[in-house]
Amino acid sequence: MAQPVQTSTGAPAPGGHGGGFPPFDSHSFGSQLVFFAIAFGLLYVLMSRVALPRVAGILEARHKTVENDIEAAAKMKAETDAAIAAYEKALMEAKGRAQTIAGETRDRLAAETDAKRKALEADLAAKLTEAEKTIAASKAAAMANVSQIAGDAAEAIIKQVAGESVPRASIDAAVAKAV
Amino acid sequence: MADPIHQFELKTIATVGHIGNMPLVLTQSSVYMIGAVIAITLFVLLGTSGRRLVPTRLQSMVELSYEFVAGTVRSSAGTEGMKFFPLVFSLFMFILILNLVGMVPYSFTVTSHIIITFALAAIVILTVIIYGFMAHGTHFLGLFVPSGVPAWLLPLMVAIEVISFVSRPISLSVRLFANMLAGHIALKIFAGFVPALLAAGAWGLLAPLPLALTIALTALEMLVAVLQAYVFATLTSIYLNDALHPGH
Repeated sequence: MAQPVQTSTGAPAPGGHGGGFPPFDSHSFGSQLVFFAIAFGLLYVLMSRVALPRVAGILEARHKTVENDIEAAAKMKAETDAAIAAYEKALMEAKGRAQTIAGETRDRLAAETDAKRKALEADLAAKLTEAEKTIAASKAAAMANVSQIAGDAAEAIIKQVAGESVPRASIDAAVAKAV
Repeated sequence: MADPIHQFELKTIATVGHIGNMPLVLTQSSVYMIGAVIAITLFVLLGTSGRRLVPTRLQSMVELSYEFVAGTVRSSAGTEGMKFFPLVFSLFMFILILNLVGMVPYSFTVTSHIIITFALAAIVILTVIIYGFMAHGTHFLGLFVPSGVPAWLLPLMVAIEVISFVSRPISLSVRLFANMLAGHIALKIFAGFVPALLAAGAWGLLAPLPLALTIALTALEMLVAVLQAYVFATLTSIYLNDALHPGH
């Protein structure tokens, strides 16, 4: 195994490369330069004319799209903020109006209740006075009846006790004096 | 043991023609480069074919590559530097794809040839010089004259600035070339230890060690492949910034 490999590696070494160090072989320079010029010239033209403008176009388009999107987003945010402000203002106004309405209603209801109460009180007072009058009248009538009854009773008693009649007018006068 | 240089040899596929006396040879390196161009173009075009607002995975990858390179250019050369964006993007993707394809076993690493990396660096430096003079005229030479330096020190500073400017294409090309070359040689050598040890009888017990190292190196080389493409793009942006703003 070791033997043939050693001979094969040993053999080409002395005769190896006759042309010297290839990168410094000036015979090849002319051809290399010509093909380099063709290749690199072609590459430069393709890159500068076709390829790189395309990449630049893509990057530019993306940049613009992103910028536009950010702008649109900022605009939408501003609109949203305005809507929120308007909503809050409307809310505040509505609250204020609701408070006014509530206050007014309360006042009105209080006034109505007050009026009703007063009317009721007046009614009651009127009824009271009427009742007092009725009572007074009844009392007067009762008093009158009492005098009548007392007179009748006195007349009957006198008739029973004294056996004689006294003029009604003097009895009445006496009863009125006693009551 | 396997020859670590063998992987960098160019293989002739066809001789396409002659320019003067020089034969125009189509090698596997040329095929890899053209393949990379087709792959990058397909990647970007297929990725963007939907033009979706919410990207698919492929479109997201294309957009990430675009944004990544655009960010690199913008941070180094400013918004004005975006006029060079197609150049930097092409350089980045070209180097990235070729570096990564080179990581596939048995494939060829185009960026391990100094002439290719030098050509890439030359494109950058020529763009800087030509645009610098076109946009600023002789003011572009102000790049070599730092401001706020006392007059007696100026000749020295200008000399240093000129040397630093001239060494840029060299460092730019050698950095990429040397990283790819060294990484692939190291990978090949350590991977080569595995069969060599296995073939050496009892030494085969040690074979897992270079295998583990090869796996670790593969991970490192993946990082280097991406990092070198990024470094090249960043340095390109920095040099282009000099062309846009030559004053110190």
